[in-house]
Amino acid sequence: MTETALPKPIPVTVLTGYLGAGKTTLLNRILTGNHGKKYAVIVNEFGEIGIDNDLIVESDEEIYEMNNGCICCTVRGDLIRVVEGLMRRPGRFDAIVVETTGLADPVPVAQTFFMDDDVRQKTELDAVVALVDAKHLPLRLKDSREAEDQIAFADVVLVNKTDLVTPEELAKVEATVRAINPSARIHRTTRSDIDLTKVLDQGAFNLERALENDPHFLDHDHEDHVCGPDCGHDHHHHDHDHHHHHDHDHDHHHDHDHHHHDASPIHDVTVQSISLRGGEMNPDRFFPWIQKITQTDGPNILRLKGIIAFAGDDERYVVQGVHMIVEGDHQRAWKDGEKRESRLVFIGRDLDREKIERTFKACEAQKA
Amino acid sequence: MPTVAPLDLDGHVVAAAFLGDVPFFATASGAVHRLDHGQKVTEAHDGLLACVRDEANDTLVTGGEDGKVMRISADGTATLLAEVPRKWISVVAAGPQGAVGFAEGRTARVRLADGTIREFAESRSVEGIAFAPKGLRIGVARYNGVSLHWVAMAGQPVDLEWKGAHTGVTFSPDGRFVVTSMQENALHGWKLDSKPGADTRHMRMTGYPAKVKSLSWSAKGKWLASSGAPAAIVWPFAAKDGPMGKPPLELGTRADVMVTAVACHPAEDVVAIGYSDGMVLAARFSDSREVLLRRPGKGAVTSMAWSRNGKLLAFASEAGDCGVVDLTG
Repeated sequence: MTETALPKPIPVTVLTGYLGAGKTTLLNRILTGNHGKKYAVIVNEFGEIGIDNDLIVESDEEIYEMNNGCICCTVRGDLIRVVEGLMRRPGRFDAIVVETTGLADPVPVAQTFFMDDDVRQKTELDAVVALVDAKHLPLRLKDSREAEDQIAFADVVLVNKTDLVTPEELAKVEATVRAINPSARIHRTTRSDIDLTKVLDQGAFNLERALENDPHFLDHDHEDHVCGPDCGHDHHHHDHDHHHHHDHDHDHHHDHDHHHHDASPIHDVTVQSISLRGGEMNPDRFFPWIQKITQTDGPNILRLKGIIAFAGDDERYVVQGVHMIVEGDHQRAWKDGEKRESRLVFIGRDLDREKIERTFKACEAQKA
Repeated sequence: MPTVAPLDLDGHVVAAAFLGDVPFFATASGAVHRLDHGQKVTEAHDGLLACVRDEANDTLVTGGEDGKVMRISADGTATLLAEVPRKWISVVAAGPQGAVGFAEGRTARVRLADGTIREFAESRSVEGIAFAPKGLRIGVARYNGVSLHWVAMAGQPVDLEWKGAHTGVTFSPDGRFVVTSMQENALHGWKLDSKPGADTRHMRMTGYPAKVKSLSWSAKGKWLASSGAPAAIVWPFAAKDGPMGKPPLELGTRADVMVTAVACHPAEDVVAIGYSDGMVLAARFSDSREVLLRRPGKGAVTSMAWSRNGKLLAFASEAGDCGVVDLTG
């Protein structure tokens, strides 16, 4: 018998964003950037990609509902086929980028990487990157649910075309993005100009890396997030804004997470997020709970991410989900002095905050 | 004792086939190798996605990432049959009288021997094409079923509906059944001679732990062998209603290694079974007896083909370690 080591899965970055948000410009930067890596790109149409590259594959978005009785279990049939073809000659590229159309729902794209065994075996969803047109976001949110879904679903959001708006408008757009998705990393760009290391190879769906790279997970005021020292924007429309100072003490501002997205002050936002914090959990209660909640509320849950401390367990447990799909694994040992607490964020629609908070709390291990 | 003549190629090999007594191996890179008094090669595509043998004229038909559909003759000559620039041709099929089917996106096309091309637009992506054994008719696998088109007539297709994504299609050799492989680890069959809407029309063949990617009809068409499980799953099709209510044969069962390719013998009720670890067995339907043809190799078996006399078996692998098994030893 020959034992062959499984090759490292190829990372896949999904680019979403409304028409005109700057996806093609970003793609061109990825394809021409001086990073020493080669990308295979799957696009809906060649359009304006002015680059001659035989690894650009045109593919018609083809959404397949899985025949398993779950309406939210959808995959992209065309991606399954193209990824299979690409992976037969894996030496040609280091990573894959999937560009979606402006109106695309990012969920089937992401679910393809969880639900199709062949795709899952050879590739790994790296991150969903959403481009937002700073000038037109308010309008987009009014006329389409897709624009909101794309932000809600993203790991990284590029607020692009910042040169076309005033600082006040920009602040509003960022607050809106943050209200829709408190756990995404937000970067400001003009002409999609971004250090590609902030977009590619993020490991956002990798249970081992997701939180390692983001030590302040759910503390949305660390340096990766938008409110840098240069942010001169107005901080009055959110009740937690006083935390956005950079001399703050990280231990003192956690409790606000439970409040500020309840009734979003932002008009036209229908997505809500629920950030939960608790102590050490009882695994015999937590696992049935997360199973049940994703089964019953799965269609309304766009993403969930969390880190769980189990009583009597020396390792951090990381959990991620898309609709009804949930995955979890031990990530690493808790460090000395690290607070053993459980954090979980749900992003979705029509979620019963009171019920989720109460039932989450009920999973806590009883204090001895 | 069977002997194996190995052939080591670079990378993934999509298909193995015999033209005459010459074994051919089509690689994903686009090079088509043959063992004809030494190893010879035809550079057919920049990226080859699909390859089938055309029984009507003993050639290969291939489709590629370069948007080309090629015919490759026994002497290695490659001829361009059709081209759709910048599209991937991942579906090809060979039909009677030199007709060739291929697809990209939502369009299925049939190229007739005289070069005429007929187009069949579908509302969803074409995932598979098969020619019916009689008459110039194609079955097109797509989301929610199969469309049956007469190639010569521009008319409404007959739609065989079944919810879900159908990724491949085949007709039984007697033309009575159409069977598809599905995205969700199952086969679905339609009995064409029963009335639409009748209960006996549909055949659900489920229980596979993996997607079925390889299907092969037995010599007389009484059995359909399939991959997608740790055994070759062989469904009985001899009865009027096909496999309904009957369990399939499970041949060459292994504990935790999946069957990735199957190829029925051209004369006997015997199937060659290729596994994800590169092993190849032959198993007889009547008594499940197995013969080891090739020990595990470097990668999963992707395709197998018997020579016409049934004495040679060519196999291809995902890792490039191919070969020809000589059963006469």
